[in-house]
Amino acid sequence: MDVVDESRALRSAQASSGDQGPSPRTGLSRALTALQQVESTWAHRAPCETPGSRQDSTPLFPAAPIQHADHIQGATADPDQRKDGQDVPSRTKTARDPLSRRIVSLVFEDLPMARWLRWAEGRQDAPPEDLPVVLATEGPHGPVVHATNRAGALQGIIPGARVVDIRALCPQIRVEPADPEGDRATLRRLSFWARRWCPWTAPDGEDGLVLDTTGSAHLWGGEAAMLREIEGRFSLLGLSTRLAMAPTHGAAWALARYGPVRTVATPDTLAQATAPLPTRALRLDAETVLLLQRLGLKTVGDLCAVPRASLARRFATTALPQNPLARLDQLQGRLPEPVSAETEPPSFAVQARLAEPVQDPAPHLPDLCTDLCAALEQAGFGARRLTIAVYRTDGEVSRITAATARPTRDPAHLMRLWGDRLERIDPGFGFDLITLEANEAEDLARVQTRLDGRADESAARAKLIDRLVARLGHAAVQIPAPRPRHMPDRAEHWLPAMSGLAPDTGTLPAPARPVTLFDSPEEIRVLYAVPEGPPAQFVWRRQTQRITRFAGPERIAPEWWTDCPGTRLRDYYRIEAQSGHRLWIYRDGVLGDDRGETPRWFVHGCFA
Amino acid sequence: MTRLSDPLPDATDAPSGAEPTLSELFATSTLDGAVTGFACAQLARFAEDPRPVVWIQDRLSRREAGRPCIAGLPRGLKLLYVRANRPVDVLWSMEESLYSDGICAVIAEVWGDPAVLDFTATKRIALRAEARATPALLLRRAATANLSAARLRWRIGALPALPDPYDARAPGVPQWQAELFRARSRAPGTWVAQPADGALSLTHPVAAQAPQRATA
Repeated sequence: MDVVDESRALRSAQASSGDQGPSPRTGLSRALTALQQVESTWAHRAPCETPGSRQDSTPLFPAAPIQHADHIQGATADPDQRKDGQDVPSRTKTARDPLSRRIVSLVFEDLPMARWLRWAEGRQDAPPEDLPVVLATEGPHGPVVHATNRAGALQGIIPGARVVDIRALCPQIRVEPADPEGDRATLRRLSFWARRWCPWTAPDGEDGLVLDTTGSAHLWGGEAAMLREIEGRFSLLGLSTRLAMAPTHGAAWALARYGPVRTVATPDTLAQATAPLPTRALRLDAETVLLLQRLGLKTVGDLCAVPRASLARRFATTALPQNPLARLDQLQGRLPEPVSAETEPPSFAVQARLAEPVQDPAPHLPDLCTDLCAALEQAGFGARRLTIAVYRTDGEVSRITAATARPTRDPAHLMRLWGDRLERIDPGFGFDLITLEANEAEDLARVQTRLDGRADESAARAKLIDRLVARLGHAAVQIPAPRPRHMPDRAEHWLPAMSGLAPDTGTLPAPARPVTLFDSPEEIRVLYAVPEGPPAQFVWRRQTQRITRFAGPERIAPEWWTDCPGTRLRDYYRIEAQSGHRLWIYRDGVLGDDRGETPRWFVHGCFA
Repeated sequence: MTRLSDPLPDATDAPSGAEPTLSELFATSTLDGAVTGFACAQLARFAEDPRPVVWIQDRLSRREAGRPCIAGLPRGLKLLYVRANRPVDVLWSMEESLYSDGICAVIAEVWGDPAVLDFTATKRIALRAEARATPALLLRRAATANLSAARLRWRIGALPALPDPYDARAPGVPQWQAELFRARSRAPGTWVAQPADGALSLTHPVAAQAPQRATA
């Protein structure tokens, strides 16, 4: 984690010093990408050599396997080359060698459960270690086990089993909802964090990472030491990993999941290391693995022994997950599979270092906001979430966060978001460092202002929402969203205005509805109940109301798919009392519906 | 019941829509939605406006009078709902909303007579609303009409509804007794009001007498 902090500090220092260029790491990867593109064009246009430039680039920037012109040919067109394709092609020590890459594949054994446990510990809700816990997702026939903890694995619970079956086997089990989206986001963040070892990293499937460590192993003391370092760092984060290093992505993937611990396969030992692996290790789907097993091909070595032509005849037209030949080519480097690394999202931060401790950050904020907005504008971004951190001289740090409904880089607007909340900072003996960081930033293109000179209404509304939320809180500012439900309190849903969804009030139910609804209906005392129709008289809020006119009933049945069993239907009446009050009252159930006592009456809303 | 005055004053000068200033609407009873209905009828002309109406409630108003139900409001009216805890937050949100170009009107509900709702606060809001030409309606329940800078001050009570043309037993179009007891540059008066399509219609004036109060 310390390296991450250093890099962030480095970036913030850059931003504060006015240098708004890309960070060194992204700059390096961009340079690599550009160099690769240049090399790939050479490879396609001129199969003969341009040795000088490539020799220069070899030690630092070896080319990806995609640039091997011979193999592109061999994999696609030339039948002669396909015949002897099962041998590893003769390797040369040039940068175009497809087996010159060093790829690390890494698989997390229990990422979802580790995340959940950490979350539960934060809420003081972690279960004891001997209690089986499963994380469940929704399957087509009810919830399905997504992940389980160690105690659950010892009980024989495997992912993919149905939760009802598991409950029958061990009744004391605790079932929690899984969060695959959050796991994916975590994996993405981990892939950025893994750039401490090499510039190109990417998530690999649902539970793994792939790292292109070509040329960076010597910085960590060699390949074996690097693997140990990676494993140790992840275990410090509480994540247990299996990992392997190989010349191709496919081989590294297979060895990490099905090979020995921390395998390092060199081009020479690649065939030997991957031969005993099962055919599942080729990233094939289950049906194809079953088919290969029925054909008697149980290991990768078996598959290599089959003549290439017969495999090609059988699987030539199938897609990649069903194509053992293509997967085998990927594993052995005949089919290129470059690591496509995502560009790290930019981060924006500015800081003000003060010579003397001060008590009030307000005079420094305009400059900070202006600097931050200049940085955002240069990169074409707008801030969605901002944090001011104030570092006190006695070591305390206090933070204030503000959010915006849509990306903005208007310094005046950012200034207004803080308002009087700066006064909540306890300055102590003063502070000497203020940082302003845009935690979340989104693309924000320049827009044309309106030609008639009027202000942009949606932008003005978003700014208003920002200011209201900054003072009153996220949940206090809401927009209604109608839903196609019959129950009146479920027919409308109140979303936080920050979520930015446009309210759609086009499809509303036709029957008359009150102007105000009570959050919880208020019970009324009925004096003269009539079997059919509303009561003649009732007491609500200690006042007696005599009903003169009414309309109804409007019968609304409970939603049996949501409500608990025994929920009663409601007969709604629109009534007018003698005093002129127009109310919406309902009877909870009907007499003789076998769902409880005599039905009670409630007031649910007021008509105009 | 209300007694119609014989010589009808000219009803055309009666304010029928929300004026671009601060209006205070007092409810004669806390038990019904007459004042909310009256405010919504005044704002019904904003149904076609793409900008939302900001609706601010303090906690007591929400609990005692209920939250707005969009299915019962004029169709097409867009809401931005703000739930404030204290009356001072309601006033701050009102003023902040009136700074914005992105809204078409403000409705705020304040319960009782909080100390912060004084002449200065209402004056600030009234000036701000006039500068923006935006209607601001302050709905006050269980309140007394203290000193205030609101340009229009109404007192709204419920009257028996018109008969439903299709069902003799059912209440039809609602009616309110609207007493304008203070107005700048306009004579106060009392009217019988009802919602017409897209506006408020003050059907006929009522004789200047002690207003008919609902039992509250």
